[in-house]
Amino acid sequence: MVLLEARGLEAQYGWTKVLHGIDFAVEEGGITTILGANGAGKTTTLRAVCGMVRTAGEIRFAGQRINGRATEDLVRLGIGHAPEGRGTFVNLTVEENLRLGAYARGGGRSVAQDLERVYGYFPMLAQRKKQPGGTLSGGEQQMLAVARALMLRPRLLLLDEPSLGLAPLVVREIFRIVRTINRDERVSVLLVEQNASVALGLAQHAYLMETGRVVMSGPAAELRQNDAIRRAYLGY
Amino acid sequence: MEIFFQQVVSGLATGGIYGSVALALVMIYQATDVVNYAQGEMAMFSTYLAWTLLNAGVPYWWAFFGTLVISFVGGVLIERVVIRPVENKPILTIVIVCIGLLVILNSVAGWIYSYIQKPFPSPFPPRPIMLGTVVFGAHDLGAIGVTLVVLAFLYAFFRFTTLGLAMRAAAQNPVSSRLCGIRVGWMLAIGWGLAAMVGAVAGMMVAPIVFLDPNMMAGILIYAFASATLGGFTSPGGAVVGGLIVGVIENLVGTYVHFIGTELKLTVALAMILIVLVFKPSGLFGRAAVHRV
Ligand SMILES: Nc1ncnc2c1ncn2[C@@H]1O[C@H](COP(=O)(O)OP(=O)(O)OP(=O)(O)O)[C@@H](O)[C@H]1O
Ligand SMILES: [Mg+2]
Repeated sequence: MVLLEARGLEAQYGWTKVLHGIDFAVEEGGITTILGANGAGKTTTLRAVCGMVRTAGEIRFAGQRINGRATEDLVRLGIGHAPEGRGTFVNLTVEENLRLGAYARGGGRSVAQDLERVYGYFPMLAQRKKQPGGTLSGGEQQMLAVARALMLRPRLLLLDEPSLGLAPLVVREIFRIVRTINRDERVSVLLVEQNASVALGLAQHAYLMETGRVVMSGPAAELRQNDAIRRAYLGY
Repeated sequence: MEIFFQQVVSGLATGGIYGSVALALVMIYQATDVVNYAQGEMAMFSTYLAWTLLNAGVPYWWAFFGTLVISFVGGVLIERVVIRPVENKPILTIVIVCIGLLVILNSVAGWIYSYIQKPFPSPFPPRPIMLGTVVFGAHDLGAIGVTLVVLAFLYAFFRFTTLGLAMRAAAQNPVSSRLCGIRVGWMLAIGWGLAAMVGAVAGMMVAPIVFLDPNMMAGILIYAFASATLGGFTSPGGAVVGGLIVGVIENLVGTYVHFIGTELKLTVALAMILIVLVFKPSGLFGRAAVHRV
């Protein structure tokens, strides 16, 4: 079943159009990746899904049309977003950051359970739970962003370049966790990446974007064999 | 020495009131980068509402809490109706709207209640209270107590409740807050409501001292600015401490520096604002200003 589907999706900032009618789909329970160079429109695509930019065209989530809905309402449908720039609440503690991730679900005992759950995935966050978010390192803040999105118990997790600026070991760790979450909790994932080799290793389906258009798409295994992609993104 | 202690305590009483208004200013400033110049007039208007309730025979504490509820709703409405439409306009536009609000509230109060001063009751006994050998005004001590209770309540609200956490988050990072499902606009409105409530407490505590009239809060707002500047516009706790310091200094200077007396006291506040801005622009407890781009 298709969980998220975009048809002829356009997006603009002010007068500047940056997405020129793209189509893509995310399978329920699957991992889909969007690749592309700087400025291709990957982040804008995720923002469009979350109602953070003006859009035209159609986006459907679990069968309903969601264009034009407020971000706050889309979150309540179960769309969790670890955004570009990580979106840390720098003056709030790590634990407060995480609690905010569960805000849309309302409080209650389940929040405590979920804190335990994400601390299980990211033990270093547990060690730093009383520390202000802004004092974490870049990689730690990236983990915090993913963990905050998980606190929502999302149906769909949007990840914007989680590997950006991280040491290879940390990248591998984050992607291992993403795979676990996807497999064990059946969370569908839309992953935006420039690190094509890792992303194509993880995803079942991939899209390649260039200047606001999808220029190639297919099963990840196929894109990995594609010469153009190998030369431009994989470097071999 | 007795005079000194009395002056310190009555300085703490008025200082608590300055601190409360300063806190209301800081709460709105932190959430929206707006200095609400109408904060004083909102407090004045709330105090007139309390006066109306009291005049209708409502017992004091019922009138007190009734006023808090009405003020909260009024603050929320002002944000939704007056501030919301200009939310994303340049800061100068918002300042002008706030000043417009100030003028309107002032003249409406004058129109309804006239500009004649009215006495306003204190909930505390008129009898002074002896502590050791020193005599203190019961209202001074009571006002300090009420201020402390309000501060404790606000602290607990922001520190321990989910709504308080969401409000802090919305003030800091609206984009991330939306991604957490927080309705940022409503958080700002609730912030205005709480600020109006704090202002109402300050108004009801100061009115027995200065009498009630539409211009009652003008001077107090200046002191509140001095307090917020001293404590740092980015620090709620600092604003309160700033208020206490300003209140005590004001009283001691008025008592001991004879050429200043009561007439020139306001100048002291302005001088303090200037000195702080020159030597420590971020205030005693504030963080250095980081401007949003
Ligand atoms: N807030 C904005 N206002 C105006 N233009 C923007 C804004 N954000 C992005 N753009 C423009 O939209 C285009 C696509 O940007 P986007 O951030 O979606 O790219 P991206 O694929 O995520 O790139 P990167 O890999 O560098 O993050 C770029 O040309 C960019 O300049
Ligand atoms: Mg991007």
